[in-house]
Amino acid sequence: MPITYLLILSSMLFSIGVYGVLARQNAVLILLSIELMLNAVNINLVAFSAMFGAEGVAGQVFALFIIAVAAAEVGVGLAIVILIFRNRSNVDVDEMSLMKW
Amino acid sequence: MSLPDYLPILFLIILSTVFALASMLAASKLTPKRVTEAKSQPYESGIVPETGLDDRERFPVKFYLVAMLFIIFDIETVFLYPWAVAYGDLALFGLYEMLVFVGILLVAYAYVWKRGGLEWAE
Amino acid sequence: MDFVAPKIALSGIAPEIALAATALLVLLADAFIGDRPRTLRPEHGSARPGSGILGNRWHLPLLSLIGFGAAVYLALDAWDRVDATGATTQFSGMIAVDGFSVFVKITLAVFGALTILLGHEYLVRRDLEEGEFFALVLFSVAGMMLMASSADLIVTFLALETFSIALYVLVGYQRSRLDGQEAAMKYFLLGAFSSTFFLLGIALVFGATGSTNLYGEGGITSFLATTPAADLSLLVLGAGLLIVGLGFKVAAVPFHMWTPDAYQGAPSPVTGFMAAGSKLAGFAALLRLLDVVLFPLRWDWRPLVIGIAVVTMIVGSILAVVQDDIKRMLAYSSIAHAGFVFTAVIATNDRGISGALFYLATYGLTIVGAFAIVAVLGGPEERRTRVNDFRGLFAAHPLLAGILTLLMLSLAGVPITSGFVAKLVVFGAAVEAGYTWVVVVGAIASAIAAFFYLRILVVMYMVDAEVAEEPKAVMGPLSIGVIGLSAAATLVLGLFWSPLIELAEKATFFAGP
Repeated sequence: MPITYLLILSSMLFSIGVYGVLARQNAVLILLSIELMLNAVNINLVAFSAMFGAEGVAGQVFALFIIAVAAAEVGVGLAIVILIFRNRSNVDVDEMSLMKW
Repeated sequence: MSLPDYLPILFLIILSTVFALASMLAASKLTPKRVTEAKSQPYESGIVPETGLDDRERFPVKFYLVAMLFIIFDIETVFLYPWAVAYGDLALFGLYEMLVFVGILLVAYAYVWKRGGLEWAE
Repeated sequence: MDFVAPKIALSGIAPEIALAATALLVLLADAFIGDRPRTLRPEHGSARPGSGILGNRWHLPLLSLIGFGAAVYLALDAWDRVDATGATTQFSGMIAVDGFSVFVKITLAVFGALTILLGHEYLVRRDLEEGEFFALVLFSVAGMMLMASSADLIVTFLALETFSIALYVLVGYQRSRLDGQEAAMKYFLLGAFSSTFFLLGIALVFGATGSTNLYGEGGITSFLATTPAADLSLLVLGAGLLIVGLGFKVAAVPFHMWTPDAYQGAPSPVTGFMAAGSKLAGFAALLRLLDVVLFPLRWDWRPLVIGIAVVTMIVGSILAVVQDDIKRMLAYSSIAHAGFVFTAVIATNDRGISGALFYLATYGLTIVGAFAIVAVLGGPEERRTRVNDFRGLFAAHPLLAGILTLLMLSLAGVPITSGFVAKLVVFGAAVEAGYTWVVVVGAIASAIAAFFYLRILVVMYMVDAEVAEEPKAVMGPLSIGVIGLSAAATLVLGLFWSPLIELAEKATFFAGP
């Protein structure tokens, strides 16, 4: 399979993720969109890694690290979502406007 | 890189901006605005949530605590698998490294346990 | 497949290991020593009997401070070795051990220790839990230190996430404050969003060069040396995304949206720590990446960075003028300061690098003190942080008002303060590199910025009948000590700057291929 296909898949996923972050109001959905972007980068890395062969094994290792870090990030993110939900009973980011300049 | 080398990048930026603006404009002009209940639900997977994030009633936060802890501890296996595959080559060196890693996880586990994060009932 | 066990020399990241180990010890001590409610649920509260001025859990801050002491000792040890044998890389070229990283690490340890001192008093007064706070500060300083010595983009990313995730939690640490929760949410979402761009940048650089390593064999430096300029478009694109990701962390302008909210909603000691520490860590990575590794590509990235610098200085200064809340105002001022440091980055000379280090060190010491003053005046939930709440401060607390005056003058860049010397150094470096017009813009921005610092001073010294509620400082020995230290550093470095500048100049040698 040519690497171009994989790169196109990755950039499409990344763009969908960006759209989701910008268009969604629910914090959980924004979190999901960010995960999509991270996974797009993972595909990108693994594709490049396959392209470089044995030299490019760093790409696969990096993908593993990204998975682990993404989990830690989601853990913290969900904790913050729950914290806000306890007080407001919704997690709409458009309603977060206590602070304005 | 010299200036002409940037032309493809410039072209790409213009193209993507125009495409994004055009599709957003088209979406706002062409699509009918129908607010249905399904659209406002947190998960658009087709499964009707019993207590969604948009519901006013309290949801059992215990599930989320357990889910969060699960994510954090579960994901560490991504490092255990490659280690297991390369165990023969890594030999004792790998074992020591992994013991340090698991030791750090154990500290986190002990902390969560002691603080009552694993207690289900009140 | 043949496997060669890597040579592991822990000395390169010994300070980070010391901090992370201390953080784990703090967590264990917090859970297992002393009496505390066995619950994670906030409605049970964290009430504990008999908290005196220093609290009855003094062993946790003491342990944290010992950790920072050990980190400084180990960093100095590394400095001696680097001085004797020259800069090296460790962990198969993943970690750079050079003067630059040692200087940044020691500065970060000082910021962290000051945050522990302030945080202890802040938390005890508000009856908040302490163990997690100290552990998170320790972890995040460890991540920031790793930022400074990373010689591989994988390590840079891990370091970035280590300190960012800890900071997301610290911003929302006072869980009862609604604005704190909101700040944490916004900071988290935007931070996670920006780090995906940083990651995409790394992926593109990896795709272009086949390596994420900065110096090693087949790494980015050697790739740049051997590849014709026309084949570099993917690398340039990746580098641009890396600048976006790091620009977010240092609060440069198109990526600054989170700054005012996060600074306002966070507990003030955390705000000071963010302003000092995460700026230093972000710029450490930027300086190594742009001024050293991507130096051959400087004609490509410089226009972008000049644009960021100019916009950051102007927007930060102008928006600060219209703020009513003092924490938001200092947030916009910190954005403007990021712009001033960028003028040193675009200089791409040794003077620029040492100037940026000097600037960030002195700015950090000043801003930690400024936010400490905001913390002692703000009240339990930090509701009294509007500019008008400082009305009559001079009458109520003359000495505190005097110190705040000194710190504000330093942030404005008035002579005999460290802020003046720092601005002189970074602007000098940019002029030397031929970017006089950027410096002129910077000078205009500083002049605009002087307005809002002066506004606070005017309000403070104003004596009028309209004072609804006199400012009331609630401070113990730790806050007084940190504020005094910050003021002393601001004044002393404004008068006798040469020792620190000489140290920063000695720190401009980097590990190489």
